[in-house]
Amino acid sequence: MTAPVVLSALAVDLAAWFPRHDPQQAPESVYTFAVASAIKMLIVFTLYMLGVALLTLAERKVSAWIQDRRGPNRAGPFGLLQPVADGLKNLMKEEVRPAGADKWLFIIAPMLAFIPAMLVWAVLPLATPLPTPWGLIDMAVATLPVGYLFMLAVSSLGVYGMVLAGWSSNNKYSLLGSLRSSAQMVSYEIALGMSTIPVLLLAGNVSLDAIIAQQAHMGWNVLSLTVAWFIFLVAAFAETNRLPFDLPEAEAELVAGYHTEYSGMKFSMFFIAEYANMATMSGLMAALYFGGWDIPFTQWDNEAPYSVLKTLATLSMFAAKTGVFLFLFMWVRWTLPRFRYDQLMTLGWGIMLPLALGYILVVATATLALDWLGVPRDWRFTMSLLALNVVLTALLLLWGDRGRLVSPASARLDARELARRRARSTVAPSTAMGAPSARVLATASDTEAQQAPAAQEVGA
Amino acid sequence: MTPFYRFQFYLFALMAIGAALLFVTRRSPVSAALWLVNVMFALSGLYVMLDAPFVAAVQVLVYAGAIMVVFIFVVMLLNLGRPGQLPDLREVAPRLGAGVVGIAILANLLAVRRDALPTVALEPHADNVVTPVAELLFSDYLLAFELTSIVLLVAVVGAVVLAKRKAAP
Amino acid sequence: MLREYLPVLLLLGFAAVNAVVILGLGELVTRTHPTEIKQQPYESGMAPLGDARDRFSVKFYLVAMLFIVFDIETVFMIPWGVHYQQLSCAVPLVDGACPAGQLSFFGLGEMLVFALILLVGYIFVWKKGGLSWD
Repeated sequence: MTAPVVLSALAVDLAAWFPRHDPQQAPESVYTFAVASAIKMLIVFTLYMLGVALLTLAERKVSAWIQDRRGPNRAGPFGLLQPVADGLKNLMKEEVRPAGADKWLFIIAPMLAFIPAMLVWAVLPLATPLPTPWGLIDMAVATLPVGYLFMLAVSSLGVYGMVLAGWSSNNKYSLLGSLRSSAQMVSYEIALGMSTIPVLLLAGNVSLDAIIAQQAHMGWNVLSLTVAWFIFLVAAFAETNRLPFDLPEAEAELVAGYHTEYSGMKFSMFFIAEYANMATMSGLMAALYFGGWDIPFTQWDNEAPYSVLKTLATLSMFAAKTGVFLFLFMWVRWTLPRFRYDQLMTLGWGIMLPLALGYILVVATATLALDWLGVPRDWRFTMSLLALNVVLTALLLLWGDRGRLVSPASARLDARELARRRARSTVAPSTAMGAPSARVLATASDTEAQQAPAAQEVGA
Repeated sequence: MTPFYRFQFYLFALMAIGAALLFVTRRSPVSAALWLVNVMFALSGLYVMLDAPFVAAVQVLVYAGAIMVVFIFVVMLLNLGRPGQLPDLREVAPRLGAGVVGIAILANLLAVRRDALPTVALEPHADNVVTPVAELLFSDYLLAFELTSIVLLVAVVGAVVLAKRKAAP
Repeated sequence: MLREYLPVLLLLGFAAVNAVVILGLGELVTRTHPTEIKQQPYESGMAPLGDARDRFSVKFYLVAMLFIVFDIETVFMIPWGVHYQQLSCAVPLVDGACPAGQLSFFGLGEMLVFALILLVGYIFVWKKGGLSWD
């Protein structure tokens, strides 16, 4: 990242000598646009590969730190060359393809995970535009007016890689892992999509630039839409298949889930895509709820004229925000245990979906009420919404944490509920999903339908 | 229409047609499904060229994302494992039927094409691509919008009734 | 402007080429020594029983169906959310704000009707046990 920035800093000085274009205006020439796009694309690709390599190291370092170990420290200073060693090892590794595997789908699956994971990065605005002698260059590979929708659409394609990997491997663990992951990802995609509607309500646009500009003007959305951010956060964990939602590759149950049969570079591609998705979610969260590249408490960074310094400052701001969320992903992974599959589904469909839907209507009503009261759309609007959020969050914690819909093992249940559950678990144990070699036929649901009333009678 | 635009149009159009042909000729349902995703992408590219980026995004989001997920699930559910194990469903009668429908659609297209296509004056909404859709959807087509929710309701009820059906004794 | 979309196409091609190159490199560098035992599907050391491509519980199908319905609902909410400020104002917005006394419940009401109808479906699924996974 630094080399191009230094180069462009030099270029600005040269611009004073050869003023050809106004550095504060977007370039008109198609050639400038094409060259700038190609350069940005290469930078993003480098960032993608390098960043993912560093993330894998960071994950191991953070886990070591949390568990009071040293972590990788043999390859290079502080273990910095560990990702290189891992990459080389995967490159030299023998590729095994199971006998019954579908040859082409087996090869295509890792590519289908890799390509969308990279494509979503195209629209994230990383910083304020950069002035160059050839004109003002946007700091995103493509500044699309449908930016946010593009990210939503492309990230929903990631599920294909997993489904095909599981299906083509001809391995029962893989198939179960891929089915679990696709069901989980589609369930939480609804919550993810709905949690961002309030953002659109406030911004009135789907372009990421407009969303960031609105936050720079009114204050970050995490203040005005705290509950939506929380839903987004939970859904992001589920979408990236990270703990506590890592059911698709629950290593104690499914060996490695959908990529059990993969080795060598094909496995690497799944690995890269997984970490890239994590980074994308962090970046998207920063853009939607934490003002993107916006520097808080100042309007200096939001106004023209743009300068290299502004670009650098906002770029590091964006990197810092994304980094905090990446750390959060790792922190949670090494802290929380895994959900059970039924808990995961109940949380997604029973709590997240109605919560997101209700919150959309609450925010819509609240903005209407605030407009009616004549609250101007600036920090006062945000503060009024924050007050509402504080009340809602308090209610949510009091109401939501009763251990009824999502029951951890330690939840206090009343005696009747406990009896009902025990009765159910003794009557229908065979229908538990995830039993490795259980032939879960379509008829399982039929037997279950017959058993369910019996279980309820026993419970009652 | 610049040559570059024309080139892109033919690129996406040929991609769509080629992928669609592959979709109907594959024996393995999973690879057929993948080709259908390809068709959706090509169509999405054409929508962008028609200055309808919102429709293009929704095309990918809903069709490629959601419907294909269900499609693949159904494929798995039916246990259509290897192509060799499948009985060929494409017998004479279905092929004839499909041919007739295809010719009818083609005739329909040609008939429509005989009149001049209505020209739509595009209003530039460079800063907000959703507004033109939203303006119409929530005023002129309000009834259609509300009726959509009823269609969705029917779909929900149908899915639950089918999936939760008890086995015949 | 159409040209804004070209970099996306460019990146798509670049990512695809890279994916092929990376996989091709792996194929070139490594040499495979397939044996019958090695190519068996891994089932924790047990001899694999039957084929993995069996039919699956219909529950996954139900989840997929419900996903489509609510995904379409989300898609309809996007233009509504973007247009909401104008929808809840009887006259065109002036400088991004509604003139005093011109607010209307039109936008909110539209979505309430839409959401309530779907809520009926949601409650139906809930009562039928379609959302409980056990």
